[in-house]
Amino acid sequence: MLKDITIGQYFPGSSLLHKLDARFKIVFTLLYIVMLFVGDSFFSLAIGIAYCIFALVLSRLPVRLFWKSLKPLLPILIFTVILNVIFITDGKVYFQLGIFKITEDGISTAVRMAVRIIFLIIGSSLLTYTTSPIQLTDAIERLLSPLKKLHFPVHSFAMMMTIALRFIPTLMEETDKIIAAQKARGANFESGKLIDKAKALVPVLVPLFVSAFRRAEELATAMECRCYRGDIGRTKMKQMKSSCRDWIALCITGIMLAGAIAVNTAF
Amino acid sequence: MAIIRTEKLTYKYSEGTPFETTAVDHVDLEIEEGAFIGVIGSTGSGKSTLMQHLNGLLRPASGKVIFDGMDIWADKSRLRDIRFQIGLVFQYPEYQLFEDTVYKDIAYGPANMGLSESEINERVLEAARFVCLDEQQLSQSPFALSGGQKRRAAIAGVMALRPRVLILDEPTAGLDPMGREDILREIKAYHRETGCTILFVTHSMEDIAKCTQKILVMDHGSVFCYDDTAAVFRRAEELEKIGLSVPQITKICSRLRERGIQLDDNIYTVKEACRQLAECYNKRKAGGTDA
Amino acid sequence: MSKQIEVQNVRFHYTDEEGNRLSGDVLKGVSLEIEKGSFTAVLGHNGSGKSTLARLINGILVPTEGTVSVMGMDTRDDDLIFDIRRHVGMVFQNPDNQIVATIVEEDVAFGPENLGIDPQEIRKRVDDALRSVDMYDYRLHAPSQLSGGQKQRVAIAGIIAMRPDCIILDEPTAMLDPRGRREVMETISMLNREYGITVILITHYMDEAVKADRVVVMDDGNIILDNTPDKVFTKPELLQAVGLDVPQASELLWELKNAGLPAEVNAIDEASCVEAVMKLFD
Repeated sequence: MLKDITIGQYFPGSSLLHKLDARFKIVFTLLYIVMLFVGDSFFSLAIGIAYCIFALVLSRLPVRLFWKSLKPLLPILIFTVILNVIFITDGKVYFQLGIFKITEDGISTAVRMAVRIIFLIIGSSLLTYTTSPIQLTDAIERLLSPLKKLHFPVHSFAMMMTIALRFIPTLMEETDKIIAAQKARGANFESGKLIDKAKALVPVLVPLFVSAFRRAEELATAMECRCYRGDIGRTKMKQMKSSCRDWIALCITGIMLAGAIAVNTAF
Repeated sequence: MAIIRTEKLTYKYSEGTPFETTAVDHVDLEIEEGAFIGVIGSTGSGKSTLMQHLNGLLRPASGKVIFDGMDIWADKSRLRDIRFQIGLVFQYPEYQLFEDTVYKDIAYGPANMGLSESEINERVLEAARFVCLDEQQLSQSPFALSGGQKRRAAIAGVMALRPRVLILDEPTAGLDPMGREDILREIKAYHRETGCTILFVTHSMEDIAKCTQKILVMDHGSVFCYDDTAAVFRRAEELEKIGLSVPQITKICSRLRERGIQLDDNIYTVKEACRQLAECYNKRKAGGTDA
Repeated sequence: MSKQIEVQNVRFHYTDEEGNRLSGDVLKGVSLEIEKGSFTAVLGHNGSGKSTLARLINGILVPTEGTVSVMGMDTRDDDLIFDIRRHVGMVFQNPDNQIVATIVEEDVAFGPENLGIDPQEIRKRVDDALRSVDMYDYRLHAPSQLSGGQKQRVAIAGIIAMRPDCIILDEPTAMLDPRGRREVMETISMLNREYGITVILITHYMDEAVKADRVVVMDDGNIILDNTPDKVFTKPELLQAVGLDVPQASELLWELKNAGLPAEVNAIDEASCVEAVMKLFD
């Protein structure tokens, strides 16, 4: 069922990683991505991996959670590997069949690509698993706040994200319910041509949209009743205060990134 | 003859994860053809989950659902056909309306059955009559109807399948007393005219007292009791223990009995209470001091 | 006691943006005064105008004719609207559609944050509000993990964290199961009793209205009854005529009276009904 999807979920905890400032965590994630992709050498990649594993241990989250977030992306991963193996034809040839060649370069690029994607997913899951969606949107709002000077609606953007996150589970549950109700009236979602399948979705999508609009209207009224008027005169219960550990973590991340770049140029 | 039978029906949510919960636990049940059965139980008792098994929307983890002598999962190609014979009206069914006219929305089910235009037309008009929607309303957009009318249009959409069993999951939830009365009356009339078997899931003991012959009480995924309406209300105290309330009138009568008034122990309507009290009163008056 | 809310000769119909009339009169000259600390139930079937009345009181709608004032502030004055809403909180029917945030405590903080309150004070108010609705243990849960009754209590906490003087609840239990209804009703009664918050409860359930100390019955845009519950619910014929239920206790006495017994229709709960019936047999 739709509600079993876990991507973007948050797992509350009290580990060091949970306690880090969300703004810093977003920056760390960005730097980490640079670390993964900065160099061609396996050594620089290894620094990125070490960084990720270190963070993973600190998060004290079970490893199977990460396996769960990887699983749905496996087909894409396998596809990339195959493409790389087939289309990169430089270097020593291991195996050849007609025009298909499997070469040393092909394999090493494919492996590097696979490792990067896997660790990219693990790293970004680590961010969402240890940071509540609300902290995340708050942090994005604050990181983007310089853009306010350019009249970019940073607050509205963050509020939109919060509401979207809030209503995803509600709308998923609702979709399940509508599908079941239409099935009870003989809707057929499985068989038929593509056009029939598309048509079969109308009885699901129309009620879903009607309901989403109704919810949006009610929510808007409820928010107004709670004195919402954008970010005019608004405060926040949870203040974001960077502490010593955030800065230390930033130093470590910086050093490792520098290391990755240095290693890459050295080898 | 039993039209639906379940054998050791069991269903688990999130099977194989730490969140695994048994929603329906070895349920054996027999639904008599033509009966009007009330289904009650507090939230999480498994009553809605059980209902979704009866027409094959959920597949049991183990056990069987037997409709008309046949396991409904024996031949998956028959499943869709079975759903036409066992109509299920979900909670807040108005949230499934989607067509641009009420007529077309009611026709959706019959059209899925592959019936001819004239047959569809006949069924739509019949179903609309059952829920008291007139021609003018049929040509309107379902979204222009009032809350109660939307609910009735959605129920008509399932009635138009001419099912042999009609399951209604809390059809009166959230309606005002008038809307609730309208729907109860229409369902009763529908049962009387078509002889269709009805399963009526509700939280309202008052609703159940008004129309059912038999009550199925669910608790923690199991059948707590399944008996005639009067017999179930006789167990008022046990029902309260599993979080169900009995009608106020039942409580009043049991207190009156404690105070020495000779009333039956299975009263659940005001009408019956009044009849028996008046009888006692007149007897008392005629017989002088006799209790 | 002082008047907190005054509704005077209010007529209302819906209009579109150009001011064209969209509906008939939803309210046809309603006057009502609500006293500080009172618990008033507004009872009526759908379309009787009870929800419209609620929306007029906290300024979501403004009257077509007549005035609505909250603690002396006219709801038509745009400059006062936030002051009015700070004093009069509103809880709606569908708990899902009024929870904004993805974490319970963040949602409760939403109102005070909008008011620009100091962060430490918000924290305190959020904790107090969650404790008062008995949802403190769930403060870090996601709304989707809660039952309907729990969600509705979170919505109520979100309002009390703004420290309003009055709460209007628009059919807060209509979508809940019996347990959820009980939880929410207990919370409402407690807020009125212990915190002295004025409560206006819009409902069509008579068993909830019985718990108020004043019942206002609406039909077709008018107030047709305004009295204490025991006076209102002992008029079964009138209530049934406007599509409302009466407690079975008073219905029984009414039926007995109709059957020619010398019964007095004066009970709305079980105990007093039993006494009334026993009187017949003395």
